[in-house]
Amino acid sequence: MNKELLTGNQAIVKGALASGAQMMTGYPITPTTEILENWAEEAAKNSNLNFLQTEDEMSAGFSMIGGVLAGLKTFSATAGPGNVLMQDALVMAESMRLPTVVFINQRGGPSTGTVIYSQQELNLTCFGGNGEGLRIVYSVGNPQEMYDYAIKAFNTAWRYRFPAFVLGDGYSAKTLTEVETYSLEERKIERVSSAPYLLGEDNSSGSVNLRNTYNLETELNTLLMKHKMAFDGFTSEIVEFDDYQTLGAEIVIVAHGNIAISAKCAIDILKSEDEKVGLFRPITLNPFPSETLRSVVQKKKLIVVIESSLGQFERMVKENLYGENIPMVAIKKPALGINPDEIVERVKDFLKEMNG
Amino acid sequence: MAENNNFPKSWKKSSKPHKFCPGCGQSLALKNLGFVIDELQIADKTVYACDIGCSLLTWDMFEIDTIQTHHGRVVPTMVGFKLAKPSAITIAFMGDGGGYAIGAQHLINAAMRDDPITAILINNANYAMTGGQMAPTTLVGQKATTAPNGRDWQKVGKPIHGPEMLAEIAQEGSYIARTISTDIADCKTKIRKALQNQIDGRGFSFIEIISMCPVNWHTDALQSLDFSEKEMTKVYPLGEFKCPQKLA
Ligand SMILES: Cc1ncc(C[n+]2csc(CCOP(=O)(O)OP(=O)(O)O)c2C)c(N)n1
Ligand code: SF4
Repeated sequence: MNKELLTGNQAIVKGALASGAQMMTGYPITPTTEILENWAEEAAKNSNLNFLQTEDEMSAGFSMIGGVLAGLKTFSATAGPGNVLMQDALVMAESMRLPTVVFINQRGGPSTGTVIYSQQELNLTCFGGNGEGLRIVYSVGNPQEMYDYAIKAFNTAWRYRFPAFVLGDGYSAKTLTEVETYSLEERKIERVSSAPYLLGEDNSSGSVNLRNTYNLETELNTLLMKHKMAFDGFTSEIVEFDDYQTLGAEIVIVAHGNIAISAKCAIDILKSEDEKVGLFRPITLNPFPSETLRSVVQKKKLIVVIESSLGQFERMVKENLYGENIPMVAIKKPALGINPDEIVERVKDFLKEMNG
Repeated sequence: MAENNNFPKSWKKSSKPHKFCPGCGQSLALKNLGFVIDELQIADKTVYACDIGCSLLTWDMFEIDTIQTHHGRVVPTMVGFKLAKPSAITIAFMGDGGGYAIGAQHLINAAMRDDPITAILINNANYAMTGGQMAPTTLVGQKATTAPNGRDWQKVGKPIHGPEMLAEIAQEGSYIARTISTDIADCKTKIRKALQNQIDGRGFSFIEIISMCPVNWHTDALQSLDFSEKEMTKVYPLGEFKCPQKLA
């Protein structure tokens, strides 16, 4: 174990290396560019690592798939409009059950300017393009988590063979702070291996012809239902959340990523003033920890959803609590950070209203 | 069963007859590709990838490892594969819409970077799979479903010359040529060079193959031959636009 001073983007590259990543393809975009640059530096020093700066994010996505098909743990990183472009490839990976890892650091708005922070890429990352959203999305909120979940994402993707994402934001990506780095061995974490899909060692059963085209609707339907069953089958193994002080709480804040970390600080302040507030933070946004959230909110007086987007997360929470009859309010500030003081103040207002 | 000299060993028997329309030029081109793979004895280290367009009909055409990708994305898929496994021989097969329109940036950048893949592009002067819309290669005056009065160059420009354009961008070790599917010998020679160039580790290789599409051209056999061999070659001269000395 080591303590290092790292930015979130540096932590991502270190985590990727620790977990055995061998190749990166990508196109520069703030706030993920340093991932590309740092990997390029690593690859320049180590001939076992591959790197390709592509002409755009579609090329980054498809050349990543090429690397995966050849048997290398290949990843990419992007944000905002790049996330939009990469979905073409990610939908292919999803429907063909190819493992991929993509780091998304969210930024605001459709184009440029506000390129550092938002939580507006939740829908896009979780549900993607013209697919069914069979993908694993970890929402992280600081550089330490970027390291931890970089490692986890590679293992999850290659174990279950679906695309995995680490969804962060520019604040976490650019923050320089102390990060505990470690090897998989010292933590006794298994390193899931990778094998080629094409030109593998074993060609005894003839050639492999992979496709993503079907002649009949029923053929595609059968395949998708099979994928869905597989996905549902391992959901309970990978679903993750953080339950912070919800036992005995009257109000449960539901938030993810950076905002969940801010809410945790707010809860510590509120606790010291004897307010009964807790936090439920889904770490996997997809698959969502619905059963746990459902049991956590039973008999609570109020659910407060907090997000840096305009209801993308609230919709997700509502969908997963469908049928529960607990009052819900939301603090929605698209593209804006929300600090603990503001959360404390707003929650106190809710408490006042609630208790008359 | 006796060996069939007209059937490449690298073609998959169980998926024949192939899925192209009768009279389609693409099957001629791919039969040649099959024979070249046989002759070079590279079936066990070759990966063939197809685009979306009629090229997708080949997803199970070969008895070699293959991958069918999305429209325009076959080039980056093979670029990534080759980077990850340099010993593989990678073939990216696409239509003129895939290569010159929706995926043009990939082809241009692969040529510029000198990615050591072999790209094969079918020029049938239209978007065939979707039913005959105008392509970047549609001839001036040629009718298409989206150019009902024929391609008007003053409005939508003149046909693209892919190999000539790529030859401007490509590096010294590249092989870049145009051939036609009905000239079996020329087509085979150029496919062979485009693969040999990759085997030799020289660089980017690209061939455009002029190809008949009787279904969307609404032509019979003779008219198809006429249009591709006379009309198309007038606009698209056959030849080698870049050829390393060793291959000349
Ligand atoms: C992103 C995207 N846009 C559009 C299509 C629809 N589409 C399928 S094939 C095709 C045209 C193919 O033309 P070309 O590449 O010239 O190949 P051909 O069919 O002529 O062999 C189009 C537009 C698609 N599949 N994907
Ligand atoms: S539509 Fe044209 S290009 Fe496509 S298979 Fe038929 S003849 Fe060939």
